[in-house]
Amino acid sequence: MRIRRILSIIKKEFIQIKRDKPSLGIAIMMPLMMMFLFGYAVKVEVDHVPTAVWDESQTLQSREFIRSFQNSNYFDVVTYVSNRGEMQALMDTGEVKAALHIPPDFSRNILKGEPAQTEMLVDGSDPTVARTVFSSGVLIAEHFSRNISLKTMLKRGSGTITLPVELKPRVEYNPSFKTEIFTIPGLIGLVMQNITVMLTAFSLVRERERGTIEQLIVTPIKPAELMIGKLIPYIFIALIDFTLSLSIGMFWFHVPVKGSLALLFPLALVFIIVALSIGILISTVARTQLQAMQMTMLFLLPSIILSGFIFPLDAMPEIVRLISYMIPLTYFLRIIRGIVVKGVGFDILYSDTLALAFFGLVLFTLAIVRFRKKLE
Amino acid sequence: MDYAVELNGITKKYGNLTAVDNLNLKIPPGSIFGFLGPNGSGKTTTIRMMCGVLTPTSGSGKVLGYDILKNPEEIKKKIGYMSQKFSLYEDLTVEENLDFYGEIYSIPPKEFKERKDIVYRMAGLSGREKTLAGNLSGGWKQRLALGCALIHKPSLLFLDEPTAGVDPVSRRIFWKVIREMTKNNITVIVSTHYMDEAQTCDLVGFIFKGKLLDFGDPNEIVKKNNAQNLEDVFIKYVEEMTGEHHGVRPLDIFFNG
Repeated sequence: MRIRRILSIIKKEFIQIKRDKPSLGIAIMMPLMMMFLFGYAVKVEVDHVPTAVWDESQTLQSREFIRSFQNSNYFDVVTYVSNRGEMQALMDTGEVKAALHIPPDFSRNILKGEPAQTEMLVDGSDPTVARTVFSSGVLIAEHFSRNISLKTMLKRGSGTITLPVELKPRVEYNPSFKTEIFTIPGLIGLVMQNITVMLTAFSLVRERERGTIEQLIVTPIKPAELMIGKLIPYIFIALIDFTLSLSIGMFWFHVPVKGSLALLFPLALVFIIVALSIGILISTVARTQLQAMQMTMLFLLPSIILSGFIFPLDAMPEIVRLISYMIPLTYFLRIIRGIVVKGVGFDILYSDTLALAFFGLVLFTLAIVRFRKKLE
Repeated sequence: MDYAVELNGITKKYGNLTAVDNLNLKIPPGSIFGFLGPNGSGKTTTIRMMCGVLTPTSGSGKVLGYDILKNPEEIKKKIGYMSQKFSLYEDLTVEENLDFYGEIYSIPPKEFKERKDIVYRMAGLSGREKTLAGNLSGGWKQRLALGCALIHKPSLLFLDEPTAGVDPVSRRIFWKVIREMTKNNITVIVSTHYMDEAQTCDLVGFIFKGKLLDFGDPNEIVKKNNAQNLEDVFIKYVEEMTGEHHGVRPLDIFFNG
């Protein structure tokens, strides 16, 4: 292996990248665009659910009950209706996702100290929304009841009540339940993967399509020299992309990095090399740029779903989880979330890093072995 | 090393198509070998097998003493190759292309500057150093390709139709360079359509439908066949092979196979 040959490839690639302004522009702009676009789109937080209210009671108590829903921020009372048909119609058109029905005897029952039945309709088409609406609705009603009980007990003079069991939750890492804290680091990982794989996926195919590979393979260059030379320039671009994506996450979406940046960057570099190796491997298999594009998609799409970017790995069936462990992004998501959200160190992340390094080694070796200095 | 190139029964098949059919060839060092044949006759396939970038289906061969199957990488160090289609980087300048290949061939930096000057002069590229290869016209592109093929002082030079569609000035430069090469005992294998070029080669070989029809000194071949020139000989061979007799001008047949 000759360093000079590798350097000459690196130099050549840099010149070509520099002269191909549109591609360079895309390589730099794409992470910015994806971060902004997906940063807003990937939001799993459910709040301000549009809600219709059918208040048959029309009393002080019923209005207080409605206000407690409104104040929770989970519900936005957007309209008042006066019969069940209207309630159903609004639900059908999707104008409201929840509807609260307070029957005429609501106040009467409360004052009598008897249970007052209320009713909540929930649009269950999106289970995530439905679950949040459902549980927060129940909580609000419970809280409301407890306050009433307390008041009556105080009135009766039996003093304060103590609940037999109390659970005091203490949420670690992300106490305010901000979804960005979870999604943005994942998004950075996903964006990095998508861009870096594509960067190298085209590199060898382009030489093949333009015919320049023919001149290259009659020289004594070794496949390893060519591959390393092709990889290194894109490491720089990918590092720029990573810095940009991370900055957007930190400064635009206000997701602070709890852990060490000095640890995050080297580990990101490991992931970048893995992703670039995937690209190069695609490049050795694909005959045309179109094929390279299709193969890239074939690889990228499952990784979005299976890497744990949106859906937790724990919820996946065993066999699917096995596939997840074959996807490098899975490990990097654990690394970046570990550092950004939890602030953990290398002592926790070393096994994920080792897994990534292993992938990198295998994929890159495979690419070198697959690349033949032959025509067909 | 008795021969610069020695092919024994080399065959290349693509499915049912036999591109090169049991070809034998012996080319002594320091000679110019003209490889003649119509489009699709198997010239490029044969040249690629000699360069070690294409694996023959059967047969064996040696180039510069190295086995083409076992030692292609040794061969690659010592040959220069100019492909039929321009295969240098169009988005690199003339000089950047030469620099790139100079470094790939690991030419010592001290020697490299001198080599570059020689190549610029030989290929008549001076003054075009900073031009993007993609902006060069056909003839100039071919000269650059020749320059890149020569930069590392190869012992054997493969030129695959270097003068096809090239202006007369560039054509003359090409043949001047080719003859200069042989003065230094460099073997040149050049495929061509032009019979006037072939006439000046030390050796020629006619290939048609993958088969080598004749091989030898061009003047002797003409004499042996009682023909006026190589072109007539070639037509005769093609007609014998196809069993057809064309009452048209020889050149038309030559180009339409």
